[in-house]
Amino acid sequence: MKDLLAFTVIGIVTGSVYAIAASGLVLTYTTSGIFNFAHGGIGMLMAFTYWEFRFHHHWPAPLALFVVVFVIAPALGALIERVLMRNLHGRSTGTSLVVTIGLMVMLMGIAQGIWPPAARPFPEFYSGHGVTIFGIFVTTHQIITIIVAGLAALIFWYLLNRTRTGVAMRAVVDDRNLAALNGVSPARVSMLSWALGSSLAALAGILIAPALNLEILNLTLLVVVAYAAAVVGKLKSLPLTFAGAMILGLLTSYLSLSWVHAEKIPGLPGALPTIMLFACLLLLPEERLRVGRITSERGPRVPSLGESLQGGILLVVGAIVVSLVLSDANLVRVGQGMALALVMLSLVVLMGYGGQISLAQMTFVGMGAFAMARFGLGGSPLGLLMAPLLAAPIGALVALPALRLQGLYLALATMAFGVAAENMLFPRAWLFGSSTRVVPRLHLFGVHFDGEKSFFVLLAIVFSLFGIGVLALRRGRFGRLVSAMRDSPAACTTLGVNLLTTRLAVFTLSAAMAGFAGAFYGGLRGSAQTNDFLMFQSLPLLLMAVIGGITTVSGALVGGLLLGLLQTQSSTGVLAGLVFLFTGAAAVSLGRNPHGVAFYISQKLEPLKDKVPWFRPEEPDEPLTEELPRIAAAAG
Amino acid sequence: MPLLQAEEISVTFGGHRALVDVSVDAEEGRITGLIGPNGAGKTTCFNVLSGLQPPQGGRVIFDSQDISAVPAYKRGRLGMARTFQRIEVFGSLTVFENVLVAAEIRHRWSRGEEIDLDAECNDIIDLVGLRKVADQRVDSIPTGLSRLTELARALATKPRVILLDEPSSGLDDDESEAFGDLLLTLAKRGVAILLVEHDIDLVMQVCDRIHVLDFGTIIAVGTPVEIRKDKRVQKAYLGED
Ligand SMILES: Nc1ncnc2c1ncn2[C@@H]1O[C@H](COP(=O)(O)OP(=O)(O)OP(=O)(O)O)[C@@H](O)[C@H]1O
Ligand SMILES: [Mg+2]
Repeated sequence: MKDLLAFTVIGIVTGSVYAIAASGLVLTYTTSGIFNFAHGGIGMLMAFTYWEFRFHHHWPAPLALFVVVFVIAPALGALIERVLMRNLHGRSTGTSLVVTIGLMVMLMGIAQGIWPPAARPFPEFYSGHGVTIFGIFVTTHQIITIIVAGLAALIFWYLLNRTRTGVAMRAVVDDRNLAALNGVSPARVSMLSWALGSSLAALAGILIAPALNLEILNLTLLVVVAYAAAVVGKLKSLPLTFAGAMILGLLTSYLSLSWVHAEKIPGLPGALPTIMLFACLLLLPEERLRVGRITSERGPRVPSLGESLQGGILLVVGAIVVSLVLSDANLVRVGQGMALALVMLSLVVLMGYGGQISLAQMTFVGMGAFAMARFGLGGSPLGLLMAPLLAAPIGALVALPALRLQGLYLALATMAFGVAAENMLFPRAWLFGSSTRVVPRLHLFGVHFDGEKSFFVLLAIVFSLFGIGVLALRRGRFGRLVSAMRDSPAACTTLGVNLLTTRLAVFTLSAAMAGFAGAFYGGLRGSAQTNDFLMFQSLPLLLMAVIGGITTVSGALVGGLLLGLLQTQSSTGVLAGLVFLFTGAAAVSLGRNPHGVAFYISQKLEPLKDKVPWFRPEEPDEPLTEELPRIAAAAG
Repeated sequence: MPLLQAEEISVTFGGHRALVDVSVDAEEGRITGLIGPNGAGKTTCFNVLSGLQPPQGGRVIFDSQDISAVPAYKRGRLGMARTFQRIEVFGSLTVFENVLVAAEIRHRWSRGEEIDLDAECNDIIDLVGLRKVADQRVDSIPTGLSRLTELARALATKPRVILLDEPSSGLDDDESEAFGDLLLTLAKRGVAILLVEHDIDLVMQVCDRIHVLDFGTIIAVGTPVEIRKDKRVQKAYLGED
């Protein structure tokens, strides 16, 4: 009984932090229509900033708190709104997702650059102090947390219901244009809510940091918990969001009770937000189709079969040349890029053609790698066969509850699934467990692709074949249907398309492709373990695919090679931070050009192609860049 | 018995009554007009008919069956097609592909025999007059032609009734006239056409009957001649012009 009470207190404290974080998320979402994936990132950065002032420069706590929560955080929030978010209004969900995820990765890069990994003690407020209530010791930090959450709720309620600004905010939520007609400036209101949302993120970050050891990834992923709570309130209702946060906090805490025996389901605490999210998704009513489309920029032309064959042959020939020139060590690096490009092809189909979003692609890759390890002994093609067969049904299962809702919920569901998989699925002993599994390389028709050179060429062949296949798909019936569905779901519906089954088909196909790619990704690395397939790793993958060009096969190639090179260049510390920074910044700047680098290059090369048939790019000593633009030009 | 009927449908948007007990109908082989000032509720009415907007009250009847609970995609399969006021074309596909994809969709759900869809689509393209831009991406052609593409796409599903939401805006005078002739041709083939249109001359020329909406209620129904004479219509609508 005493246990129960003690864990209830802990649960309420945790729930309070979640509530603070989640209400900031809801506030910015409702007033600007943009779901801020970087919300946790802002909280993380602010917690570090607070640490810097408080424990590095030894400022008094109230001063540090005031400066961070009331000066720096709101300024950062307003800046983000002004520079990034305002341009996003009315853009597709996909674009704003990519930009906020880019921002999240960028903030992580900044943090890692300034504060390289090290032990940073972050004591609680009034550490060691507390009171005993009903025989339970409650720390002052816990009391403060609860009070702050309560105050935040009160202030919120007052602000939204009793002040002019609050009424204006609610008007903007209801109807942006109407509010503008009535003299409310949606831009100002939106900026204000981002400033406020940022402060709340900072507060949540600082309050929870002592429990999470001031660790970049953990603090950033606070957003996962926050959105699980927010989904309870359908991303709109603040009271329901608070309730959701409390339930989540309490449940998480009760899992530690000895008589609950949570240890029988390992990883359950980490996966709890996911379970809650999926439950809520099932209860949400179907989204009404939005009529009135977002005009998209003119995209690349789809290459013909001849052109894609040409591109594929060029790539394979290029790969053979590269394999002869480069050392084995360097080949592995480029090969990693090629394997990642193969993964990105699954995103081209899903996102580029189908307009759907997945933040768990690496999880499917993990399933594929596992299939190859388990069934591909001695390089047996059975592993290759099992890889998509394992990944596809799981993809379908994940997508099913979210598909009848709009793209944002699918993104959230996949992200949650990714987190759940790394907590509950992959660590299972029959999957990866805590060990490393050997992933064999293919052995086909008596040919072993064991060597670095042969495996690299194999990767290029597989990528070419898949690229040609993807383009053929795009030119065919299914591709037309999927493109039509992305361009106008409403029109497709009135033509008689069941959007649910079509979306499900695309998502399942994409998961299968990612799984297949996983067999090669694992083969290239030679081994696979849980930590290779964290949800977080799906984010740079998505961002880099967008940077390369999510709508084209050549874009996937460029994106994959870039990501591969960056990943193998940097290990940890400042350099890794810079990589994040670059990836994030590039993704953010792509808000304007969704077709990516590959399309840009091919556009620039278009006029040159006629004049100089033997055209070669400027850097002949880097064999990679030599083939890229040509493929880009050929593959659209 | 009209092919498509809305019976006393009502729609409310957060306290704002966009449609109040509205009844409209469309008969096979006839062109029925639905006119009214901006914000009268015409598009909302179309959304209810095609299943994109659930009404708070009333029924939708198609071919003597109550389809109020039928989802939008199944209404499409029953033979109901529409165009959109805010254009909803497939911008990344060519004009021809827009029509083809619709034909393919129909072909899939109708489980029809293998026929030459390409030839069928080419006929529609010629009929609507899009031959010159057939191979251009739709996001690169003018608005008027995009609207025609929507019509061509709707025709590819072989609909029994078509709802057209301001199809002639973006067309010049000559094109409008040709468009009027096209509507008459389609009606002669037996299609029921429900037309929302701001071009009053066009409406008066081609429609057999006209419904007039104002502030979410039907204020008049009749032939073009009757509508022209109606005092309330003149006051609410025609007088403004
Ligand atoms: N999704 C919606 N949410 C809230 N109000 C809406 C919505 N759709 C339409 N309305 C309102 O309902 C009323 C009718 O709109 P509707 O678009 O049906 O008019 P309309 O007759 O088609 O006008 P127009 O001639 O401008 O196209 C308008 O006042 C409009 O503001
Ligand atoms: Mg309208």
